Amino acid sequence: MNSKILDSKIPSGSLERKWTDYRSSLPLVSPANKQKQNVIMIGTGLAGASAAASLAEMGYNVKAFCFQDSPRRAHSIAAQGGINAAKNYQNDGDSIYRLFYDTIKGGDYRSREANVYRLAEVSGNIIDQCVAQGVPFAREYGGTLDNRSFGGVQVSRTFYARGQTGQQLLLGAYSALSRQINTGKVEMFTKHEMVDIVLVDGHAKGIIARNLVTGELEKHAASAVVLATGGYSNVYYLSTNAMGSNVTAAWKAYKRGAMFSNPCFTQIHPTCIPVSGEYQSKLTLMSESLRNDGRIWVSKNKGDSRSPDQIPEEERDYYLERRYPAFGNLVPRDIASRAAKERCDAGYGAGETGQSVYLDFKDAIDTMGQDTVSARYGNLFEMYGKITGENPYKSPMRIYPAVHYTMGGLWVDYNLMTTVPGLFSIGESNFSDHGANRLGASALMQGLADGYFVLPYTIGTYLSKEINSDMVSTEDSAFDSTLKESEETIEKLLSNQGNRTVESLHKELGLIMWNNCGMSRNQEDLDKALKEVDELKKTFWSDVKVPGRSDSINKELEKAWRVSDFIELGEVMMHDASDRKESCGAHFREEYQTEDGEALRNDEEYNYVSSWEYAGENVPPNLHKEILNFETVTPTQRSYK
Amino acid sequence: MSEKLNLTLKVWRQEDTNQSGNFVTYPVADVNPHMSFLELLDVLNEKLIKEGDDPIAFEHDCREGICGSCAMSINGEAHGPVKSTTACQLHMFNFKDGDTITVEPWRANSFPILKDLVTDRSAFDRIMQAGGYVSVNTGSAPDGNAIPIEKDKAIEAFNAAACIGCGACVSSCKNSSASLFVSAKLAQYSALPQGKPEQKQRVLGMVNKMDEEGFGHCTNTGACEATCPKDISVKNIGIMNREYLKALVD
Ligand SMILES: Cc1cc2nc3c(=O)[nH]c(=O)nc-3n(C[C@H](O)[C@H](O)[C@H](O)COP(=O)(O)OP(=O)(O)OC[C@H]3O[C@@H](n4cnc5c(N)ncnc54)[C@H](O)[C@@H]3O)c2cc1C
Ligand code: FES
Repeated sequence: MNSKILDSKIPSGSLERKWTDYRSSLPLVSPANKQKQNVIMIGTGLAGASAAASLAEMGYNVKAFCFQDSPRRAHSIAAQGGINAAKNYQNDGDSIYRLFYDTIKGGDYRSREANVYRLAEVSGNIIDQCVAQGVPFAREYGGTLDNRSFGGVQVSRTFYARGQTGQQLLLGAYSALSRQINTGKVEMFTKHEMVDIVLVDGHAKGIIARNLVTGELEKHAASAVVLATGGYSNVYYLSTNAMGSNVTAAWKAYKRGAMFSNPCFTQIHPTCIPVSGEYQSKLTLMSESLRNDGRIWVSKNKGDSRSPDQIPEEERDYYLERRYPAFGNLVPRDIASRAAKERCDAGYGAGETGQSVYLDFKDAIDTMGQDTVSARYGNLFEMYGKITGENPYKSPMRIYPAVHYTMGGLWVDYNLMTTVPGLFSIGESNFSDHGANRLGASALMQGLADGYFVLPYTIGTYLSKEINSDMVSTEDSAFDSTLKESEETIEKLLSNQGNRTVESLHKELGLIMWNNCGMSRNQEDLDKALKEVDELKKTFWSDVKVPGRSDSINKELEKAWRVSDFIELGEVMMHDASDRKESCGAHFREEYQTEDGEALRNDEEYNYVSSWEYAGENVPPNLHKEILNFETVTPTQRSYK
Repeated sequence: MSEKLNLTLKVWRQEDTNQSGNFVTYPVADVNPHMSFLELLDVLNEKLIKEGDDPIAFEHDCREGICGSCAMSINGEAHGPVKSTTACQLHMFNFKDGDTITVEPWRANSFPILKDLVTDRSAFDRIMQAGGYVSVNTGSAPDGNAIPIEKDKAIEAFNAAACIGCGACVSSCKNSSASLFVSAKLAQYSALPQGKPEQKQRVLGMVNKMDEEGFGHCTNTGACEATCPKDISVKNIGIMNREYLKALVD
């Protein structure tokens, strides 16, 4: 079924001209009319903060929300390695086309050409904007901007600020946002969680938010609502995401009619610090940039319990360099992760548990000197030392893959609008640009592209039509009825008083997801796991124990609500992974692989974006397909050999 | 190192801003030394919930030392005993079996306690809104390489910009001064050409706002630098003071 509902609204014309021509043809909203319009922005990470600031600069009134106590603390702050842009400052043959091509190929041909081209096209402006804001990017001695390379590409186009690129970019966007808060164009609501979307005549016209300090449920109306609420990696319980990252906002949107796309496309990052014990609450990423100069290896002998310095060179298997000579340690994330799992599952893993591989800097230190290595990766080495108590300058790091990023998300058209009119989604919360696998340093690029350079224009396609309709107010009965539903959920959670803590239920969900819908999947496991998640949902509602009251700070209540949404998302992820009977990008189906264990894509049957439509409580969702049209590139089997 | 620890925690419990709080003692047995301090609180909270008690409220998000959410004094020191380390990155192998550990929120009038270890640090945001930015609208920026910046200057700016806004400096200062926080932002911009045009308004705006929010004055004790988990230097405070005086006489 190729659904008519999913009109991607990709403009006509040549790939190179689409965005420029489209942008100049977009309907304008006059300054006077902008003044009259309110936009609600949920989330003030890179995507949300940049969008809120830009919309306010253009004259719109913005109400922005985040659940942390300051916009500066959004999950984006933790991004380490860098941000891509096709500047070709290194004169190594980079171009907009090459960045576009790398992203399409890296995503294993499961993303839209037009969106990805636009992303590559505006990438350069992002760097200019951030530099102008005073973002202290790394520089060369001559004073120009420095670059590094990242996985999955052969040019050097990644801009960075030591190992804290996300922090510096977010602080830049936060400063732009702060400036607009100061002018009064943005009203900021920190410690507020959006708990539902309010629809009026089928259009998104407001939200219900819970004040996380007083517990009060508030009604907010607007001309349009934008979700910039990040990804859902925490469905796996253990991930590299911040503890509070959640799917709740996107999930409420889904249940109000926004379709959810490619939920099973979840990225496992190859270089994280391995799990150390039961109490583990999250996993720590070691930036992928480390793969530039670090070499990954395991012993050639099964179950080798020697310490790494006792394993002689000729007994080391640099398996990425062996299997993928062209890209070596810089193969894309999905490939690097699966290769690590393959070695560990086959019994060659390092460390006490055998669930890790070495990432070794000895050669880099020998050739470049410790100072250069330290200048590039100092803070990452320090972080590793703090967590493990080991010194990576002396002995190799031990790493293992961990859940890191979610390519799936709310379906959006070229204007970044979901299937609910007036409801937009930007940044990691939408599905738009990374297909089945995201390249390193491209999430920051996408978040800021959406926020600074795309949404502020495309939102006009909707708002220009709304200028004549009356401004919806919170007096509308839809607000009261939606608020009542939220009250009932809170009441249900608090009055249940069962025996299971939220944490234990979340952990259980995480294990089901990781074991069956993680780095590799198969039909039998997916079928079994779908039943398990369904059971868990029943257990949750019959047995969860949430202490405390609703009218004060109650972190357990916040968590419980988020976990209940994660459980439902888990079910849809299983449906999606079952439906996609091919291996592509991060989605590896054991039944569909080549003889040498590479992913086997099936373009004949699966060349589509899966989009799931909510069909009601305890009913499987409906699948809609957006067929992908490749006009410029020809999908080929990805090869990094 | 994998010997389990038996510890006693004395944690500040306070229902909300309007009520007074007190320390409550909790024994915690069999602590794995590889846990982080926040994971220790997680484990204790699970136990409290199962026993029908209210879990301890504390702020946290990234658990990687970068978001600045976690904020607590451990044995009287902001973020605990290990230098350049946030509470979320403090691991239990830094403690001994049998230790008694006190845990309390930041103590500063400008950071009212909301519950247990959670304080209201929104004053920091308001200071930033009073000038912590370069006024450049989206889309109006010149090419990124148009203005070369000396590598050393870029590093200087970065070092100041590495502040995570956690508030440890305020909490450890006997005057509850926010000087380290404010000066770090000012120093970042004054190292860069982008920051120059608005230098004067910025320093006046941010410093005046800091006073208005009730933060105290700096008397150069250096306690802030000593507890800063990101090693922000007190030299920035010198830069701030010079800029401020210059702005006043200009
Ligand atoms: C450790 C780590 C390192 C990374 N490194 C890189 C890198 O080097 N390069 C790269 O390109 N990418 C990197 N990524 C990915 C990248 O950081 C993220 O994809 C990106 O920052 C997401 O930005 P965002 O603005 O979409 O969402 P986020 O930054 O996650 O922001 C979400 C916002 O939504 C708010 N929110 C969420 N739900 C609600 C709700 N219900 N109500 C109110 N507010 C809500 C939050 O408060 C927050 O403000 C990394 C990711 C991790 C985990
Ligand atoms: S939780 Fe982010 S710095 Fe500690």
